[in-house]
Amino acid sequence: MSTDTGKLYLLRHRPPSEKLVDVAFKNLAVILASMVAFILLAIFVVVFFGGLESMGRYGWKFLVTSDWNPVDDEYGAGAAIYGTLVTSLLSLIIAVPLGVGTAIFITENIIPRKIRNVIGLMVELLAAIPSVVLGLWAIFVMEPFIRPALELLHTLLGWLPFFSTPPLGPGTLPAVLILVVMILPIITAISRDSLNQVPPSLRQAAYGVGTTRWGAIMNVLLPAAISGVVGGVMLALGRAMGETMAVTMIIGNSNNFSLSLLAPGNTIASMLANQFGEADGSQVSSLMYAAFVLIIMTLAVNIFAQWMVKRLSLKY
Amino acid sequence: MTFTSSARTADGRPDLAYKPNLSRNIGSRILTIIAGLFSGIAVLPLLLVLGYVLLKGASKISYTLFTELPPPPGLEGGGIGNAVIGTIVVTIIAGLVAIPVGVGGGIFLAEYSSGGSFAQFIRFGTNVLSGVPSIIAGVFIYGTIVTSRIVFGNAYSALAGGVALSILMLPTVIKTTDEGLKLVPDDLRRASLGVGASRFVTITRITLPTAFTPIATGVVLAIARAAGETAPLIFTALFSPFWADGVFNPIATLSVLIYNFAIMPYETQNELASAASFVLVAMILILNLFSRWLAQFASK
Repeated sequence: MSTDTGKLYLLRHRPPSEKLVDVAFKNLAVILASMVAFILLAIFVVVFFGGLESMGRYGWKFLVTSDWNPVDDEYGAGAAIYGTLVTSLLSLIIAVPLGVGTAIFITENIIPRKIRNVIGLMVELLAAIPSVVLGLWAIFVMEPFIRPALELLHTLLGWLPFFSTPPLGPGTLPAVLILVVMILPIITAISRDSLNQVPPSLRQAAYGVGTTRWGAIMNVLLPAAISGVVGGVMLALGRAMGETMAVTMIIGNSNNFSLSLLAPGNTIASMLANQFGEADGSQVSSLMYAAFVLIIMTLAVNIFAQWMVKRLSLKY
Repeated sequence: MTFTSSARTADGRPDLAYKPNLSRNIGSRILTIIAGLFSGIAVLPLLLVLGYVLLKGASKISYTLFTELPPPPGLEGGGIGNAVIGTIVVTIIAGLVAIPVGVGGGIFLAEYSSGGSFAQFIRFGTNVLSGVPSIIAGVFIYGTIVTSRIVFGNAYSALAGGVALSILMLPTVIKTTDEGLKLVPDDLRRASLGVGASRFVTITRITLPTAFTPIATGVVLAIARAAGETAPLIFTALFSPFWADGVFNPIATLSVLIYNFAIMPYETQNELASAASFVLVAMILILNLFSRWLAQFASK
């Protein structure tokens, strides 16, 4: 709201009742806006104090050990933290070329606008499919379908520690693939928006000096849109770290640490989803500790993403 | 500096014609084909998932699906009536909490703040909150409402589930309200204040109605997202094999039903999970397309 509207407001003498309504409404809006900060703070406080007991008992050891034994009250989230990092980073490696490639394909003048719009719409609808439905599809369709390929991977590359176990069904690699499906729409949508915002004059200039289409994309358009693309990739990373249902249904939920991508694994989010319902005592505290670690991880990634977008924003 | 080019036409002028066989043009075409392939791969999961849900689920749509309770493990028949109602109830609770708070926060950001540090902080907080994993919202509500038991008597309840979902809806509602209100031309506000209307009247009678469609679009999208969420519900609203028993008791929802029944070793339960997926996906896609229609309707 600009300052002249403020002056207009002062032009008329206002009766006390009108002033009261105005002041009350403004304060209500301020209070409702503050709710965001309050909820964020409350999440921090609740999860931190919920995990305090466990933090005191296990300290940093919790982050690197991977016992999870409710009978002896021994807890460590090492396997889950490793699983979270591995699944999210691997899915990012696969999804970034796919997502950015799709974004380029639907922003450049390669195919008719109608088809581009349809592809864009479909990618956006993919984002709307609930995670739990993707998990169901992963269990009953995707995993049986890709198992022969995973078995081949094991027989060919079994000497690598990453493929050292035979695929049993649920496992880390199927979870990575379903995560790719879930984060693709974010990367595509944000990359497409930032590519669309590159001024047309840049494109025209590039073509004017005689570059090819991909010369323009690689040397002019992508560098100009890089902040948005990187921001989108970071947001996708944050989403992948916190993604719960599809991963829980397909990863196998094993707390035994294994380097193998074909073995069942765990992520912090899937551990929370699996165990919170029937946890009590110090297990709740340990889960809260793990949740706190997840919050810190996703917050760091998200804040870095926002900083990135701000810092590298278009300078043209 | 002189421009020399090996390619010249017969009369000595530079040859600017497109030559498809130049290596750079071939390279460019190859990259275009790769990008096309990538977008094909990107679209494929949607088609496969939709096809699967349609094939597996649509055949089981029947009257009893919506009127009966899920059967005990091992038995045949039954429906998902309680979960359909539960999803609607929990989503309505979430909307009742998130829409007023979110619209109010958006009004503050767009109408009252002048870009000060508090408003910047709230915008930043909104972005951070939208990045909080959905399961964390569940953990938070579990830690406050469910374990304390002071707020709503029974530990697990539909209300707790709805509040957990509202945390996920809140950032979307605030952002869309803020952006929607920013699209309203300042001239409208000046005109309203100029004829002596108070700020309250200006906002409620002029700016909010003008920005109604963008706000409604965002709210519908937020509702669609909340309706599909599972993670925050599995230990707040829990699940119930019975009909909904008020908002203070555990309640069944479609998403939790899919999760529970998909991993059960019984054929009937797996089929009900497929049917529930169909109903849920249909609900969400209809809401999505509705919001798209709203947005187009507004731009006309």
